[in-house]
Amino acid sequence: MIKFIKRFYVALILLIMYAPVAVLMVFSFNDSKLPIWKGFTFKWYENLANDMSIQQSFVYTIIIAVVSSLIATAIGTLAAMGIHQMKGYKRNLMLNITYIPLLSPDIVIGISLMMLFNVLHIPFGLPTLIISHITFSTPYVILSIMPKLKQMNFNVYEAALDLGATPWYAFRKVILPEIMPGVIAGLFIAFTLSIDDFVVSFFNTGAGVDTLPIKIYAMARKGLTQQLMPFQQLCL
Amino acid sequence: MAENKLENDYIIDLKNISKSFGDTIILDKINMYIRRNEFLTLLGPSGCGKTTLLRIIGGFEEASNGKVLFEGENIGKLPPYKRKINTVFQKYALFPHMTVGENIAFGLNIKKLDKKIIKEKVQEMLELVGLKGFENRKIDSLSGGQQQRIAIARALVNEPEVLLLDEPLGALDLKLRKGMQTELKRIQQKVGITFIYVTHDQEEALTMSDTIAIMNAGKVQQIGTPVDIYNEPKNAFVADFIGESNILHGTMIDDYRVNFHSTEFKCVDAGFGTNVPIDVVVRPEDIRIIEAEKGMIKGVVESVTFKGVHYEMVVTTDEYKWLVHSTVMSPVGETVGMVITPEDIHIMRRR
Repeated sequence: MIKFIKRFYVALILLIMYAPVAVLMVFSFNDSKLPIWKGFTFKWYENLANDMSIQQSFVYTIIIAVVSSLIATAIGTLAAMGIHQMKGYKRNLMLNITYIPLLSPDIVIGISLMMLFNVLHIPFGLPTLIISHITFSTPYVILSIMPKLKQMNFNVYEAALDLGATPWYAFRKVILPEIMPGVIAGLFIAFTLSIDDFVVSFFNTGAGVDTLPIKIYAMARKGLTQQLMPFQQLCL
Repeated sequence: MAENKLENDYIIDLKNISKSFGDTIILDKINMYIRRNEFLTLLGPSGCGKTTLLRIIGGFEEASNGKVLFEGENIGKLPPYKRKINTVFQKYALFPHMTVGENIAFGLNIKKLDKKIIKEKVQEMLELVGLKGFENRKIDSLSGGQQQRIAIARALVNEPEVLLLDEPLGALDLKLRKGMQTELKRIQQKVGITFIYVTHDQEEALTMSDTIAIMNAGKVQQIGTPVDIYNEPKNAFVADFIGESNILHGTMIDDYRVNFHSTEFKCVDAGFGTNVPIDVVVRPEDIRIIEAEKGMIKGVVESVTFKGVHYEMVVTTDEYKWLVHSTVMSPVGETVGMVITPEDIHIMRRR
């Protein structure tokens, strides 16, 4: 009996977790705009393939995600090394400053970035989107690398210098391989955050530059939900 | 003449080296030279500045003042990768993501040597440290002692003029440490380069070194051969640090006459002046125990500890607790006499 309850419980959790996805999966093949089953069709997928604006926003999303996550990883790696070298109150201060964007709501970051760009008279568009994505993902990169640096025996850096390596060579050959798991994790987090972001992007994009979340939001407001299903299906 | 020239063949000459962090003085005007091919040990308690001095020679730290002359040239401002000096670090600092072979080849790869030559040299080094056939092993599969040997091989393969070793045996257990001491000495004699060795273990220093520099509170207290330092310590700190000793205040009455423990003794020292306050060192193994009435000093045995080769006894008198090493045991509570011959009384100037 207990065994049955255990299994039932697991099944229930899985059902709640995956039911929305399953529904989406099934209805993306539904031959109707309403959520009532009318028969099997591929037409929504055809629609998607022919819709240039969705493809355009897909390209933008990828460009922004790739560029911003790479830059955020580079900045974050260097920043983490810098913070790691610091001592005492300076180090705590820097770490706490790093936490601020992490803990503040997206909407605060989004609006404050928008105001900043306004004050500086930077026109909204692809560059502002990339800059804002770098801003909110860099702290995650720093925080994923810091523990790896802490684990590392810093003597290995000195040992490399001792054996004739320049600081740059020592960084590439000795430090980077050691902290690589952290760097990769940071890169993936930054990439995912960038693709996923709606709020910050919404406030900092310019005319004609839509990321997927913005595009989907715009389409959903017009009630074209059925068209989105195959697309979300593909995203999965 | 030729011998004289060899005597002055200094590879490293430290001139007035000082180092301070904020208000704390770590090194205070160190002047020292290191001869080619010698095994020099910087010995001192932790915090005496010995590791800082080593790091200044290696280039990891810059002196606040003074010069580091390497073959007559000031290298004080050169970064470590431009010095002909290699280091074996306290915690080995091997590169964990590389194999043993890749670790040893690291320096040679930077010099862009031919692949074949690199391979040969790696083999040669593995043989020297007694780990032939280990080149494809992972670092974390090695024991502490093996890692230490690889760290030495990795440094030596670059054919440095000077090898710095920062307490390299500190993390090993006693038995392994003894083995590695002999091993290190053998390697040093075989490759024939200068070793500068940092340790706080006086026994290790006495075993391996050609020259010992004893440091305390940022200053060099005494430099000399192990025998000189052991037998003729310059001051109470050295005497106390380099093995257990009986150190007493006393007065130099005149040449060859000294008074301590309220008794006048004959000694072999002269030139201190008359009635000068001094410190006296008597090594525990130099005190002979005899019948109470025949001794120069009388005392009661307070404790006896068996140490293997000898008994360690504490003999209490009215003025001092004497530490005595003797192969013959006297039971606790017995009154004994002690004899100290003139040659075993070491006189040091009081500071």
